[in-house]
Amino acid sequence: MVRWILIGVLTVGLVGVGVWGYQEHQEKNAVLIQAENNYQRAFHELSYYMDLMHDQIGTALAMNSREQLSPQMIEIWRLTSEAMSDVGQLPLTLMPFNKTEEFLSNIGDFTYQTAVRDLEEEPLNDKEVETLQNLYEQSGELKDELRQVQHTVLDENLRWMDVQLALSTQDEQSDNTIVDGFETVEKRVEGYAESNADSALSGTSGEEHEYQNLSGGTINQEEAARKGGDLFQVEDQDNLNVTESGDGADVPIYSISYQNDNKNGYLDITKQGGHPLTLLVNRDVQEQNISLNEGLEKANDYLEQFNFDNMDVFTSNQFDNVGVYSFLYNQDDVRIYSDAIELKIALDNGELLGLTARNYFMNHKERDIPEPELSSEEAKDEVNPEVEINEEHMAIIDNDVGEEVFVYEFLGVLDNETYRIFINAMDGTEEKVEKLGGTEINYASMS
Amino acid sequence: MTNKKMYLFIIICFLVLGVQTTDSAKPVSAFTDQVIQHGAVGEDVIELQARLQYLGFYNGDIDGVFGWGTYWALRNFQYEFGMEIDGLAGTATKEKLTEASEYDREYVQNQINQGNDFTHYGGADNSEQSQPSPDNNNNAGNNETNNQADNNTANNDGGGAEPTAVNVPQGYSQNDIQLMANAVNGEARGEPYEGQVAVAAVILNRVESPTFPNSVSGVIFEPRAFTAVADGQIWLTPSDTSTEAVLDAINGWDPSGNATYYFNPETATSDWIWSRPQIKRIGKHIFAK
Repeated sequence: MVRWILIGVLTVGLVGVGVWGYQEHQEKNAVLIQAENNYQRAFHELSYYMDLMHDQIGTALAMNSREQLSPQMIEIWRLTSEAMSDVGQLPLTLMPFNKTEEFLSNIGDFTYQTAVRDLEEEPLNDKEVETLQNLYEQSGELKDELRQVQHTVLDENLRWMDVQLALSTQDEQSDNTIVDGFETVEKRVEGYAESNADSALSGTSGEEHEYQNLSGGTINQEEAARKGGDLFQVEDQDNLNVTESGDGADVPIYSISYQNDNKNGYLDITKQGGHPLTLLVNRDVQEQNISLNEGLEKANDYLEQFNFDNMDVFTSNQFDNVGVYSFLYNQDDVRIYSDAIELKIALDNGELLGLTARNYFMNHKERDIPEPELSSEEAKDEVNPEVEINEEHMAIIDNDVGEEVFVYEFLGVLDNETYRIFINAMDGTEEKVEKLGGTEINYASMS
Repeated sequence: MTNKKMYLFIIICFLVLGVQTTDSAKPVSAFTDQVIQHGAVGEDVIELQARLQYLGFYNGDIDGVFGWGTYWALRNFQYEFGMEIDGLAGTATKEKLTEASEYDREYVQNQINQGNDFTHYGGADNSEQSQPSPDNNNNAGNNETNNQADNNTANNDGGGAEPTAVNVPQGYSQNDIQLMANAVNGEARGEPYEGQVAVAAVILNRVESPTFPNSVSGVIFEPRAFTAVADGQIWLTPSDTSTEAVLDAINGWDPSGNATYYFNPETATSDWIWSRPQIKRIGKHIFAK
């Protein structure tokens, strides 16, 4: 009897310990993941900020006007402090990381001093420009190294918690790419506005407007389905699933989805006028048969088919076997940046894979374009004389506060980097300077 | 018998000659027929860059991606040779270019396949224009064999070199894209394609919004923002579909209708999330402002 009671008590105790142990284990895991996520955030943010900083320093080099340069210096200074706080959060206390911090502190000091100074009275002297150039190069090297390490981290699923352990136990044998990577970053250093997420297009602001100027009357669900069927090129409308948008939508829309064996499509069209806002077709794209240029012709055909007139191609890019094109509305040879449409063309058979016209329908209208007060030559005088101007356009862009301004757009080169520079056509203000990237070393092909 | 042999010999001679003449009839048209324009990638671009570099117009890396450097080089070439300056490599431009320059295809492709730093200027000896890249030197040993293997497969395919760079949307790195793809995969891998694009678009809308962090990683790793981050599902290997979805979102597609929140109505426990103005439902997720 006593024996059975004892066994019972012990069993209950054992189960209790098991449950407790399991809970502890779960909690420990939760805490580990939490800590790991913090490290990951700090690290990825650091790489991003270094990249952004590199671009911003490059942009500062291409700037001419003092009104632009001071805010630019402040922006770089802000990025510096963000990057420093990220470095501070990484588990690098056991590693010599002071050179990178020294770089950050150098650039921080430099930008702070120049930002608080009245650059109108006392512009950057040659020596300071040289310093800035040096910092630009250093930040470039640092950025490349960090991006490389980041690629390895993502590719091999490396964990910062393991680094912490490796560092604290000084286990030399384990493969520790993060630590090795950072040591390389260190060696390199010894030697020496956030992007608009709404669209890959520059010159548009993140400002949201009401949808203006949607033409046409309201359409009903059947009409929407018919339009969708036309766009997807499917005969049988029974396969189409049409739903209405809820209260939170910026503009009332119908969403139409469609699915068959090898592809599915999705379309948002406005209730008023039945204009397509977003179209997405997903399928496997086969081997490339037509060139990016032929894809562009197809894209032009589709625009015509959807009754978008006067659209000029602005950028074209090939991602694997898909061509992505953006178009700007052209009114009397002035390109309107906010009236943008983007298209995606499959380069195997030229089929339309996507269209987005949200920006276009949000902003499009016929504008009163004034005569420019400045001549093109006068506007060029406002550009940094070091920049070699190769191309010019007239344009209407959204400036930093979201107002539309009439500008000269210059594309120029400084030290093998290409910049897009907007000069206000009425008063000569340097509205925006932007370093153009768009290509990157393929990290996967290097390792 | 000897006569027959003679005939045979002569026929073979003609055949060989015939092959040779057809061969030498089109050695210049190494380019394919396509008009090469800004943003293109591939072997034609490698050749274009190599030829422009041969003539001294192009000083960048020969990487197979038609970026801004290639664009200006091509325009300068068109200007110097009195052609229409449009920055497109069409038939006339390609012909002019092939006449004026030489292209050592084998050399360039070998350099690319071996991952060397190299140039292709005219009038200089090839051996002086190439050096192994520092990265390759550092991790000799293991990588050496890998490279060798890669080379072999490349050669077996009948030559050809892959571009060493890729197009990325302005302001984004491949790493940012991969991180987002991880998040999208963790959050929405069973969802229809547009649902995945919408989740990626929500991340970007949050970066844009003043009430959320200002970077992609900041938004993704914000505590209590995404369940896939909290439970570690973000570290599953993302599918190609989620990478494509992320690219679409970055390129401007937003099927969410400008949403900053989304939730699964079957598992959402907070009343607050239901109080957000809803935009639409895609798959299992309701998207809201």
